[in-house]
Amino acid sequence: MEDVASLSLTAARSRPLATADTRLLAIPGLPAGCFPEGGIRRGSTLRISLMPGGMSLALTLAAAATSDGAWAAAVGLPSLGLLAAVELGVRLERLALVPAPGERWAAVVAALLDGMDVLLLGPPGRVRLADARRLVARTREQATVLVVLESPGSRCWPEATDLELSVAGATWEGLGMGHGYLRSRLVEVVVTGRRAAARERRTAMWLPDAESAPAPVVPAPLVAGADLRLEAITAARVG
Amino acid sequence: MRMLVAWYPDWPVLAAGCLPTSPAAVVRANRVVAATAAARADGVRPGLRRREAQGRCPELEVVTADSGRDVRAWEPAVVAIESLTPAIEVLAPGALALATRGPSRYFGGDEALAGLVAEAVDVAVGQPGCRVGVADGRFTAGLAARVAAASGGNPAVVVPPGASRAWLAPRAVSALGARFEDLSDLLMRLGVRTLGDLAALPAPSVLGRFGPEGAEAHRLARGQDGRALAARTPPPELAVTAELDPPAERVDIAAFVAKALADELHEQLAALGLACTMVAIEAETEHGEQLVRRWRHEGSLTSAALSERARWQLDGWLAGDGRPSGGLTLLRLTPEEVRPDDGRQLGFWGSAAAADSRASRALARVQGMLGPEAVVTAVRVGGRDPGQQIRLVPWGDDRTVGRDPRHRGAEVAPWPGRLATPSPAVVYPAPLPAEVRDAQQRPVTVSGRGVLNAVPMAVSMAGGRWLEVTAWAGPWPVEERWWDAGGRRKARLQVLLEDATAHLLARQRGRWRVEASYE
Repeated sequence: MEDVASLSLTAARSRPLATADTRLLAIPGLPAGCFPEGGIRRGSTLRISLMPGGMSLALTLAAAATSDGAWAAAVGLPSLGLLAAVELGVRLERLALVPAPGERWAAVVAALLDGMDVLLLGPPGRVRLADARRLVARTREQATVLVVLESPGSRCWPEATDLELSVAGATWEGLGMGHGYLRSRLVEVVVTGRRAAARERRTAMWLPDAESAPAPVVPAPLVAGADLRLEAITAARVG
Repeated sequence: MRMLVAWYPDWPVLAAGCLPTSPAAVVRANRVVAATAAARADGVRPGLRRREAQGRCPELEVVTADSGRDVRAWEPAVVAIESLTPAIEVLAPGALALATRGPSRYFGGDEALAGLVAEAVDVAVGQPGCRVGVADGRFTAGLAARVAAASGGNPAVVVPPGASRAWLAPRAVSALGARFEDLSDLLMRLGVRTLGDLAALPAPSVLGRFGPEGAEAHRLARGQDGRALAARTPPPELAVTAELDPPAERVDIAAFVAKALADELHEQLAALGLACTMVAIEAETEHGEQLVRRWRHEGSLTSAALSERARWQLDGWLAGDGRPSGGLTLLRLTPEEVRPDDGRQLGFWGSAAAADSRASRALARVQGMLGPEAVVTAVRVGGRDPGQQIRLVPWGDDRTVGRDPRHRGAEVAPWPGRLATPSPAVVYPAPLPAEVRDAQQRPVTVSGRGVLNAVPMAVSMAGGRWLEVTAWAGPWPVEERWWDAGGRRKARLQVLLEDATAHLLARQRGRWRVEASYE
């Protein structure tokens, strides 16, 4: 038995490092089961629909990049809650913000795709198909992750994206009728997309989790106990 | 700032004791680093192989390079100038800088001071040949000293105040120096041949195309001293100190301690994202003598460069003529001037640093497109509202501006009235108007004592449809700066609506607003 353990340890140690073509952006904030490949493939385009929970989801992706020494940028998102970003694990010194890119937003995004690992984009309106295709090609070429944030149903981005993330069934905890405060939120992350991601995946998680109020809140990776908590809540509501 | 730079051409050969009239060269790693005028006349140039140099000039005297010797020989000159003015910065062995404002007034003008300095250095070194430049800023003054050396006759060149840009304009871009060698080479090929051509380009374009390095060169070419922008005096607690017990008599023992200090200092500064551009090396002896010398570097001092300078200086003190009467009991390195580190230095494996430089290039390009203020980065500061706790600073600016390092941690210190975490993921730059009403469809208000007049039942945001309130808490009043006109009072309310969205409402001056949403 010990031999098997040491053998597997040796195998783990001698495994080659991730090479350029197999690079996945691991998202420690989200449960690995969210994505068909366990992470987001660099060079892919994502769409996240806002309301409710989309912004937190996007910040979790940015946190994954910045905590790893990589860079993230947010373009056209003047209302990004940066304090929440810190709580979700974003390192602000590695997050560049272009709140008002103006008319030339597509050129700005194209320039930033060269240097960033994750780029959050709030399109200023309907995006022309040519612009979208150019940016998707640039994203793939530069192995960046482009995250398009839009309100549900607005379809600003004219093309289908590799992954589509949304939040269904958000339940806040901690706020009562005149007492308490918003403490934690139980959400169900819905991931669909093209190719391997075509099958819809639904994963329940806390976004954000609340352990103690003054401590920085991190998005909880869905630990074994969370399912139980989910059941407990459902039971309590039924009861 | 008006500066004087005193510079000795070919210092290493002079320090080795060679006369300018006899051909001699100093060689490091088989390459010539400096040569006397007589050797240069025979075609010996820095960068030549030793064999090649000897081939061009068979009677050449070849001396091995020794930085310790260079500093030791320079030390008397520094001491001599120190009797004229106390604030001296050593730039390198054979070069020093000083601010002229006070001394010039005392000695009767820049020309008089320049003559005095040149004479004092020549006497201290025992060799004529010191060249002096005076101008606005260190770079221009250094260039003026070099021009004085090239012109031969007059030992001093004084650039009048405010005339730096015009004076620099006809100089070739290669005058930017070895630090900008690649850049000046590229500029030459692009047809930007003189500093005047470079200065004529618009600053945002230079930043966009050539990055921070180009921007710095551009500032120098415009006669604006590069350092004045972000440099500042760091707090005293950054200084690192070591006590030597038993007192160090020998250079190698003291230098060993200095190396550890240099590493510690560099690590501390790096943790704060700072790079050191001027360091003060201080020592105390067992008899209470205090020795201080400031060293400046044009780029930023790495830990190796710091320890090298400390070793040179200790060599200058302990092995020179003016040796202190006792051993050293205390060593201190104080960063006198720091600036934000651009992270120019690549890491050992390159990857992280390569990503950083890729990112800063992309951001500089966007700044070139939209202007420097369009790209910002967020800094956490103290405050009560979610929006207040974040301040945006333009990308590339000092992230610590206005933040006293002694108050580090103010952003996490308790701020009474701050909302509990989690914070809202959407904070509206301009709060949306909102209406709140109770079960009888009457507007909900907050009294002067911070009490709601009724239970909120429905909320309409930005003129949208009415949504039922499923949970709420508050109001949490906050009163800020009540002692002056900028004061404000407001009451905040968290509401959870029927569509499962949660919002932060605030009532101020009789009106409800949506300040943020918990997206």
